[in-house]
Amino acid sequence: MGNELQINPEVAAEILTRFVREEVTKIGFKRVVVGISGGVDSSTSAFLAERALGKENVRGIIMPYRTSNPDSTHHAKQVVAMTGIQSETVEITPMVDAYFEQVPNADNRRRGNVMARQRMIVLYDKSAELDALVLGTSNKTEFLLGYTTLWGDMACAVNPLGDLYKTQVWQLAEYLGVPKEIVGKPPSADLWAGQTDEDELGFTYREVDRLLYFMVDKRYTISELIEEGYEDPFIRKVFSIIQRTQYKRRLPVIAKLSHRTIDRDFRYPRDWGV
Amino acid sequence: MKTRVAVAQMKPTLGNVDKNLEIAEAIIEKAQINEADLLVFPELALTGYYLRDMVPVVAMHDEHAVISKMLEHSRSMSIAFGYVEESADNRFYNSALYLEDGRIVHRHRKVYLPTYGMFDELRYFAPGESVSAFDTKFGRIGMLICEDVWHLSTGCILSADGANIMIHLASSPARGMKAKERLDIYDTWENLNRTYASSFCCYVIFANRVGCEDGLTFWGGSEVIDPDCKVAAKAQYLDEELLVVDIDPEKVRRARMYTPVRRDEKILLTLRELQRIAVREKLAYGE
Repeated sequence: MGNELQINPEVAAEILTRFVREEVTKIGFKRVVVGISGGVDSSTSAFLAERALGKENVRGIIMPYRTSNPDSTHHAKQVVAMTGIQSETVEITPMVDAYFEQVPNADNRRRGNVMARQRMIVLYDKSAELDALVLGTSNKTEFLLGYTTLWGDMACAVNPLGDLYKTQVWQLAEYLGVPKEIVGKPPSADLWAGQTDEDELGFTYREVDRLLYFMVDKRYTISELIEEGYEDPFIRKVFSIIQRTQYKRRLPVIAKLSHRTIDRDFRYPRDWGV
Repeated sequence: MKTRVAVAQMKPTLGNVDKNLEIAEAIIEKAQINEADLLVFPELALTGYYLRDMVPVVAMHDEHAVISKMLEHSRSMSIAFGYVEESADNRFYNSALYLEDGRIVHRHRKVYLPTYGMFDELRYFAPGESVSAFDTKFGRIGMLICEDVWHLSTGCILSADGANIMIHLASSPARGMKAKERLDIYDTWENLNRTYASSFCCYVIFANRVGCEDGLTFWGGSEVIDPDCKVAAKAQYLDEELLVVDIDPEKVRRARMYTPVRRDEKILLTLRELQRIAVREKLAYGE
């Protein structure tokens, strides 16, 4: 990893803790629910939430499917034990399987998306039950690559990690005390056995994060990126993924008819009137 | 005679003027207990920053009840603060008022409205059209709002106009993470404040807000820099604080004695050269 992606995790944690506390409490909430997969992103979000709101105000929801790696649940429980937050386990197998009984031929991608969206349904229902907000866990790398399920794992009210690349989340996680075996294991959506992010993407987070940093944060041109040592096809591939998945990073496009269209000429902050 | 300055590193509530007046009044009370002579609030302290379409809703005429309240409070101490101003011809300005003994001594309308990256101010505000220093009980003062400070020309004007104290009101969002302890933005601002203090041999009072609005975290770090470029007082980063410090006009005198840059400033030369450049640029546009 180049030095470019190095962060001071203490400063990041200071800012993100205040962010979570304020964005939750100022709109009249005091609790969050967070889906804990046992991976580094959701573990980091849970640690931040505990710091921001106190363990009694954070509910970690563990949502395994029958094919989930048992290590995932084990790691999720470890995070719960370490942070002292409340937790509950909601198996998504019966809901997901009930659907796929009707639709037996779905491929892995469709199955994965349904699982991600089923987890979203559970989280939002829990948030209603507990008068809580859903805390997000997606990072900047996932967002930019669209490596995430729209209205599934992306769905949340408040996201503390969305401006940190995966390699930066690792640094923050380590600082916050997320266990080494969670930070160090190969990232996986765990939607089917043996799946890993890096296999599926075809490149490593370390490679792509540095490229994304130069491409997105520093706005380097293709020739400048080549000078940085990247292969032309890799640059073009990543750029086209970002373009192709732009829709996932925006609200649905609305056809303008009136003088004042939502988000086009009706512009208020989210924190409107709070 | 020393002047006791208080800097209100506060957390305004977005778009809620009444609530912000309450917050401001609590701070005023605290400043009174500290026997402050001058209390400085940040940019848009009475309204919050990320207002967007709320700008016209929170805008205040000079006759607004909240302004009247602040004028009343200024009988016990001088007060500088930022807010959204609505002019008689219904323009909206990102403005700052300096109040003393129940009257408005000076109004500064932000001249440089950042409209790039995360900023969109020119969409909502009209730009100010003047920069000038003004006389107060504590000597001649200049006020600038946030982006104004990034244009060194504004500081040059205020210095030439005799400002001994520069008040920088800011709502600066935290950004620019790096490996070191500090964020890029801390360095940028702190360098600016020190550049002003040392180049113009004046005091700099930097009032920056804290709190979060739509994911932007304002970083605080308010400070008072003396004319020797030493830190007279520094507030913490990210959290609320009332910073109180005595400033001493004698220090301005001494700094100018050691480094008489202001005495030697060639205003007419600057004017001539800028005039020449302006003419040339105009010709270039015409071609």
